[in-house]
Amino acid sequence: MERTTPDAAAPDTRPGVRASAGLPKALPKLDKREQPAAAREAVFKLRDVRVTYGGVAAVEEVTFDLLENEITAFIGPSGCGKSTLIRCLNRMNDLVPSARVAGTVLYHDQDLYAGDVDPVQVRKRIGMVFQKPNPFPKSIYENIAFGPRVLGMKGDMDEIVEGALRKGALWDEVKDRLKTNAFGMSGGQQQRLCIARTMAVEPDVILMDEPCSALDPISTGAIEELMLDLKRNYSIVIVTHNMQQAARVSDRTAFFNVDKLEEGKRVGKLVEFAPTEKIFTKPDDIRTEEYVTGKFG
Amino acid sequence: MAVAESAITRKVVERASGGQRTRDLLFRLSLLLCLFIAVLFLGVLLVDVVIDGAGFLSPHFVTSYPSRLTPDTSGVRSALLGTLYLMVLCGLFIVPVGVAAAVYLEEYADPTRWYNRLVEVNIQNLASVPSVVYGILGLAFIVRGPVDVWGLGEGQPTLLAGALTLGLLVLPVVIIVSREAIRAVPPSIREGSLALGATKWQTLWKQVLPGSIAGIATGVILALSRAIGETAPLILVGAGAFQLFDPKVDGPFSAMPIQIFNNVTESKPIFQELAAAAILVLLILLLLMNSAAIYLRNRYETKW
Repeated sequence: MERTTPDAAAPDTRPGVRASAGLPKALPKLDKREQPAAAREAVFKLRDVRVTYGGVAAVEEVTFDLLENEITAFIGPSGCGKSTLIRCLNRMNDLVPSARVAGTVLYHDQDLYAGDVDPVQVRKRIGMVFQKPNPFPKSIYENIAFGPRVLGMKGDMDEIVEGALRKGALWDEVKDRLKTNAFGMSGGQQQRLCIARTMAVEPDVILMDEPCSALDPISTGAIEELMLDLKRNYSIVIVTHNMQQAARVSDRTAFFNVDKLEEGKRVGKLVEFAPTEKIFTKPDDIRTEEYVTGKFG
Repeated sequence: MAVAESAITRKVVERASGGQRTRDLLFRLSLLLCLFIAVLFLGVLLVDVVIDGAGFLSPHFVTSYPSRLTPDTSGVRSALLGTLYLMVLCGLFIVPVGVAAAVYLEEYADPTRWYNRLVEVNIQNLASVPSVVYGILGLAFIVRGPVDVWGLGEGQPTLLAGALTLGLLVLPVVIIVSREAIRAVPPSIREGSLALGATKWQTLWKQVLPGSIAGIATGVILALSRAIGETAPLILVGAGAFQLFDPKVDGPFSAMPIQIFNNVTESKPIFQELAAAAILVLLILLLLMNSAAIYLRNRYETKW
């Protein structure tokens, strides 16, 4: 996978980059991954975040910084709150009436849960790909065009669709059948379509909630390759049950565990957050070590 | 038992005994018999109606006004037009109101609130209220009462009042069917749309409603075909028969079931044949509508 030169066929059309096109300032952005982590800006800063459903805590005591142009993986056993947490990052949890988020979630130092923040605007900047591919019951073309249309994006729709499908590594497979229904695609293609659909609205961050759990190994490989390609321009957060996947693709890993409280209550807690290599080779916490070596979970 | 079982007997599949087979056969026959009874009565009814009425069925029958004096050359024009007008007006009323109510209950209502639960229970109950009760309601509130549709009828029966009464009658059905169609759109579609930065409004209009339109349309057509078969409410809101003029929205009107009912109560035998022919016209209309519903469902339904 070519990673240093920008793909000529998939021009970076994000507003920030487009505005400074031609200026040397735009270039360092692509090279950021070469810099030490400390030089990177934090996309998300979470401070003592706690999520409750109807008063019952699902996950608490989460404090960390997620850096831009990195892939951060959330791993941990079922019920540890990793999916709950990722849904807080673009306010998808607002759809659950009983969900409450306490603590601070900063996106580029802006409080996502401040009173005057519109969740719709949040989701424009922070896209999400779900566990089960969820294409709309429309043509492949219309699936991509939906987002740009509802956001009122300017520009040639054909170009936007082609650009997004190229970023989703799907263009060559579907360019001759753009008008066919997306339900006719394979599961892996559908998931890449969902990723491409997210790309089309030019977000800044992509959240992926177990994106490969419904896919076969070959499709999974294709999506992992795609993620490594995308992190040049986007920040990615992925929830995964697959530890090998976390080890393969992520730069940093957060390990969550379930704390059993009295009366059978359970709550998810962040145990350790560190560069992926460290988590999988010499973690600080014994629970992390036991989990990544397969002793439980 | 398990100890006594040898390796050989465990491998042999026991054959069904004769008694078992007979019981099975008898059970199947009795099921078939029940089905036969239902179909038989419908068949006899149909055959009887066709024998009586087919002779009168002609383009002339559909385009001529009904008449007590010259039954030989009479038809059902005013009644058929009345039914068609009722259907259109009723549809115009129940589609927006019914779908909006369903959207509220499915997409916006918080089911933990008592008033939303109350509405829900009431809609279920309203669907089973006898149609004559709706007729009384229509008479008291729409024909005579405070609604009286902008004083159109001045207390006299109007077609609009009839259409609204029929609309109220089938509205619960439309709401229930529309809710089911909306609920059939998976939550993941809504999430996918919202995650792209679409608003709830956009998600509703561009994903949820298009995804449920086939189910809603099917339900509306079936509700309308129930509405145009109703007699009791129309009698109460003052629909007439043997009318020698076309119906007007703000004036007196007739309808097929009313015309059939009045034909049957006439004493001359020829009116029985006219009633049978009118039944055939109504049945053909209903069959066409039900076929349209089936076609719509098969053609446009989204398979999730």
